[in-house]
Amino acid sequence: MTALPETTERKLGLVIDLDTCVGCHACVTACKGWNTQNYGAPLGDDDAYGAAPSGAFLNRIHSFEVQPDEGAAQTVHFPKSCLHCDDAPCVTVCPTGASYKRVEDGIVLVNETDCIGCGLCAWACPYGAREMDPIEGVMKKCTLCVDRIYNEALPEEDRVPACVRTCPAGARHFGDLADPDSDVSQLVAARGGMDLMPEQETKPVNKYLTPRPRDEIDVLAPFLERVDEGPKGFLGWLDRALERL
Amino acid sequence: MHPAPSLIFFSTLSGLGLGLLAFLGLGLAPTEGLTGLIFFALAFALTGAGLLSSTLHLGHPERALKAFTQWRTSWLSREAWVAVAALAVMGLYALLAMPGLRLAPLGWLGAVLCLGTVGSTAMIYAQLKTVPRWHQPTTPLLFLGYAITAGALLSGRVSWTVVLLIVMAALQMLAWRRGDAALAKSGTTIGTATGLGGRGRVRLFEPPHTGGNYLTREMVFRVGRKHRVTLRTLVLVLAFALPALLLLLPFSHWLAAVAVISHVVGMLAQRWLFFAEAEHVVGLYYGQSAA
Repeated sequence: MTALPETTERKLGLVIDLDTCVGCHACVTACKGWNTQNYGAPLGDDDAYGAAPSGAFLNRIHSFEVQPDEGAAQTVHFPKSCLHCDDAPCVTVCPTGASYKRVEDGIVLVNETDCIGCGLCAWACPYGAREMDPIEGVMKKCTLCVDRIYNEALPEEDRVPACVRTCPAGARHFGDLADPDSDVSQLVAARGGMDLMPEQETKPVNKYLTPRPRDEIDVLAPFLERVDEGPKGFLGWLDRALERL
Repeated sequence: MHPAPSLIFFSTLSGLGLGLLAFLGLGLAPTEGLTGLIFFALAFALTGAGLLSSTLHLGHPERALKAFTQWRTSWLSREAWVAVAALAVMGLYALLAMPGLRLAPLGWLGAVLCLGTVGSTAMIYAQLKTVPRWHQPTTPLLFLGYAITAGALLSGRVSWTVVLLIVMAALQMLAWRRGDAALAKSGTTIGTATGLGGRGRVRLFEPPHTGGNYLTREMVFRVGRKHRVTLRTLVLVLAFALPALLLLLPFSHWLAAVAVISHVVGMLAQRWLFFAEAEHVVGLYYGQSAA
């Protein structure tokens, strides 16, 4: 049913720390791996070993450069996957009911046996979170690893999304954002978690933590004694000789 | 947005067919005897070809019937229902009208359903907040206007057609003007997309992959500025100016046929531009900027 639930009991989602992400793409690989071998159709690739490989991914890392009015530019690595929005526009446009948002935990999923592959949900998503599978012809999206987080066959520490489990920097956090006492909610409160494209009014569940200001160069630096006094020995003589010419 | 040929042919052909069907339903085109048969056959063929073409871009066309289930929220599902209802009502109306039993109220209902189908198609695009150029009242107005103009042209209402062509040329220019400013006006920028806009100027440093992907192929399509001007001029000349001039000349079937062909070619160019010019906000994550 493509009508969105009024409220969901829980709001499972991710908190992504842009201050900590090092842009290693490990989460991209872990996501691709898990979702190729588990829930739903394998995440397909076109021409995987050919000249122009292209495939479906549920998580991609962009890197942006921010140039402040004053001071040095900063590189920000920016992981992007489905934000499991409360007002998910991808769900309501679906003509078949394949797309739905779960009442119990707020996860947005696609029932792949109902999907006709019309692509309208991907058009309706402002974040580019949905990609058509080039082999299966159905829409793929982040499932928040619904087949891991409730999977009692896995050790408890593995019952988190594959991207969170693999992140070597600890930049990805998983939890219930409807519970104000959860770790993720407290992290969002402490660090001022933000929504992407709030003006699109999708009410994303996933939050992003902004980068902290970088260390500044010491104000005394210009007054310190210079370490490098120029070349010495033969190179120094050559340097001075060339300067005289 | 990627200008998929299946969608361009779908919206052009079904617009022409449904426009003509609406005129037949309102009794503004000949419905009786052999002439009626030719008109109905043309209208149903155009609509049918358009609707079939729309299924070509589906990943799983064999599941198309499932698209009838979500009419409560989905314009695509509503379109499916209204299209089938329009074809059913107009089919019955045609069967009765050709031998001479024209049930006017049935025709009116059919005409409303035909225009309702065009309107639903337009709303599929107009509802998308993610494509500011489409998210405008001009989108449904344009689709309906083109269908009504096609109906008038194909049913041989010369003076109506000339007036409609002039009105539509103005509406089309207004839609382009509003559309060109839409992305900037929407407030969505690379700054809001990344949430980093408050810290300085944001630009894409590295895309996620060295190659393209479904998103870049489907939604990050740009027409060169030069081609945009050429194509818009072509639309104004072929879809509106030339047909209007030809229809103002003393009437002949040959000139009318050329006017129809010119209008249809102009409409195809307009639909190509409709998709190709539309900027999806996801392009901002891939370094696309406004205007």
